[in-house]
Amino acid sequence: MKFTANKIGRKIPEELFEKKLIPFQGKGKGPYKVRKYAPKIRMRRPGEQKILGSIREAIKAGELTDGGTISFHHHFRNGDFLLNMVCHEIAAMGLKDIRLVPSSIQGVHKEILPYLEKGIITEINCGTSSVIADAISHGKMERLLTIRSHGGRARSIENGDVEIDIAFIAAPTVDPYGNINGVRGKNACGSLGYAFPDAHFANYVVAVTNDLVPFPNNPISISQDHVDAVVKTDKPIGDPKGIVSTTLRITRDPKNLKIAHDCVEVIKASGLLKEGFSYQSGAGGTALATTNFLRDYMKSKNIKGSFGMGGATEALVRMLEDGLFEAILDVQTFDTYAVQSLLNNPRHIEIGASQYANPQTSGCAVNLLDTIILGGTEVDLNFNVNTSTESDGRIQWGMGGHQDTAEGAKLTIIAIPLLRGRIPIVVDNVVSVNTPGENVDVVVTERGIAVNPESAFYDTLLKAKHLNIKTIEELKRIAEDLAGGPPNQPKTTDRIVAIIEYRDGSVLDVIYQVAD
Amino acid sequence: MKKEPFKEKDDRLRRTRLYIPGNHPAMIQNAEIYGADSLIFDLEDSIPLTEKDTARILVRNAIQALNFGRSEVTVRINGINTPFLEKDLEAIVPTKPDGLLLPKAETEEDILFLHERITELEKKHGLPVGKIRIMPIIETALGVVNVEKIVAAPRIAAVGIGGEDLTADIGAIRTPDGRELEYISSKIIVACAAYHIQAIDTVFADINDQEGLFQATKRAISRGFQGKSVIHPSQIEVVHRAFMPSEEEIEKAKRIVKAYRESLKKGLGAVSVDGRMIDLPIVMRAERILKRAKAGKK
Repeated sequence: MKFTANKIGRKIPEELFEKKLIPFQGKGKGPYKVRKYAPKIRMRRPGEQKILGSIREAIKAGELTDGGTISFHHHFRNGDFLLNMVCHEIAAMGLKDIRLVPSSIQGVHKEILPYLEKGIITEINCGTSSVIADAISHGKMERLLTIRSHGGRARSIENGDVEIDIAFIAAPTVDPYGNINGVRGKNACGSLGYAFPDAHFANYVVAVTNDLVPFPNNPISISQDHVDAVVKTDKPIGDPKGIVSTTLRITRDPKNLKIAHDCVEVIKASGLLKEGFSYQSGAGGTALATTNFLRDYMKSKNIKGSFGMGGATEALVRMLEDGLFEAILDVQTFDTYAVQSLLNNPRHIEIGASQYANPQTSGCAVNLLDTIILGGTEVDLNFNVNTSTESDGRIQWGMGGHQDTAEGAKLTIIAIPLLRGRIPIVVDNVVSVNTPGENVDVVVTERGIAVNPESAFYDTLLKAKHLNIKTIEELKRIAEDLAGGPPNQPKTTDRIVAIIEYRDGSVLDVIYQVAD
Repeated sequence: MKKEPFKEKDDRLRRTRLYIPGNHPAMIQNAEIYGADSLIFDLEDSIPLTEKDTARILVRNAIQALNFGRSEVTVRINGINTPFLEKDLEAIVPTKPDGLLLPKAETEEDILFLHERITELEKKHGLPVGKIRIMPIIETALGVVNVEKIVAAPRIAAVGIGGEDLTADIGAIRTPDGRELEYISSKIIVACAAYHIQAIDTVFADINDQEGLFQATKRAISRGFQGKSVIHPSQIEVVHRAFMPSEEEIEKAKRIVKAYRESLKKGLGAVSVDGRMIDLPIVMRAERILKRAKAGKK
């Protein structure tokens, strides 16, 4: 196998499973195609119905064959049953060599593990967590896991890197002619943004629901002109408790509260926190605390921002309700409070994954972000961030919109504890790279804040004397002093089990099978 | 032991003293990151009897191995009449903490006993004698009665109040504004002031009531307390904010200190600022205000 080093020094094979890989060359320098991919044209005549009796009928109607590709959204998160139901059906039908393209795989999907081992599912494109990620790390899937960001996934579907034969859309409500929304019904999940590219570019689109509503469903998130079949089943396609949280927990850990507090101090010191400010953070405990600190500060100074983007949470919605933002752009909704807001507040706007983060469009929303707060499993001396692998080399997570927002936002902050347990988080080289250091401005830890010397905010932040600024090398030394040294290098074989794409489709890194 | 009047023997800033259970490694490891002026590693009330040895060993090793930055490092040892005191001292004194908190301090003899034992251990381990300060906590009526003698004893740098125990000991009922401790606090503050020792206010138990903590700290400052004990890192910022002087206070303090220094240069005896005569206690208070302002801006 021939390898080429990419811009961040990672060795990328020239070809893998008959596919030529393009090494990452830096942001804005990746490959792009001249035209978008076009799915099959389907026609529905007057009088024809879309209701089908079962998932099996839909699989047949979509003409799925061995080697085919099916997709799912993950707005049901760990309460999703549909992906499992479809895979069980495919296995029962004797299909094999299927490529799975969900926007994320969660713990609840461990049921499909036997299908990886039996060659029924041979390739996965998405962020993957939990049991399935661990199995792939141990070489239990025949072909590759391709880890993409949310924007990268939308791009890959729209430019034809991934051709979806059937998109299965778990629909909280749908009418008989295929109009879907996510804000009503027992499985209400809020935004259906990650399913938009699938609905628009798959060759066949199936809505599966427990709540069939009369035509016309209102509001409409995914419209009838993209939906070929509707399957109403009494078997639950989701567990409402796993779909949204009633209340997300803000961290009470004083260490994480300090990190959250210091993130806000960095944003203040950057000069960005003024009229028209735009902001995104996630739904983790530290991110929620940051959002709440930010809300208090903006209220106290009467600062009115432009938009908040989510991961919509109650914390973000309350900022909208307080008049601190003009609008929320919502690609994914995390809690019931935010779902109600999306349903009732016209300034809470549902957006699709391409509008959110696809770099190869006429303009995605991440380009307009002032600040993004992100996490990670490790960060290195070049400010590269790992979100997918643990320090022992096992795949544990996807990356969400990490590399999209990091590239898009003016100020990208990585909020991360310096140690997890006894493992240093600032290291010489991360195990694998999800976001290149060129897109990272600041790393905030409980023991100091490192500013990337390449950041446009470097001079400004170093002048803020109240910030506990340290070099990234100093943070690494402090972590190693506390832990007694750097973490051990993971033990791996020479078989590549996953690639990490940059959002433009070039390859940032590869992940090797862990040695047992 | 006679003290020189108007000479602060220890003017270290102790706006916040953060209690950390000595049997909790993660909390000990992160103790310094929150910016408390003082850290109190506890071997006493927060430690179950079955974990006294664990906590003692953990705190000893932590002080030896970790860097706690600018924070003052102190340990709350077990009381005079407990079977743990001797082991606590043998383990902790050789680590050269900045201070030892003595709970339930009741008499001058308690302090003298501790002073002598620390001195013996300092000599035994080749340490400079007298560097480790004693910080009694008054938690009983007897301690209150004897506080004037306690503050006059050697090594004393700060005196704390154990509000809960004191309230129980005098048979009072705890109130939100702490009025049952007013006399006791005043007595301790005056005794401390007479010997230029810092009086530290008791803890504020409700960690979710930040406004209540802020107001309680403001009251404590106005009465003469120099610091407040805190039981959760989230209380530190609130207490420091309460200790932050106003711009007006800062400007006035600057004028007082400047006028005083100029008068010293010129050999003048008396000096006035804003039409009022100032003398040394006023200058010292002004210096304290400036110190709090400087720390508050960090």
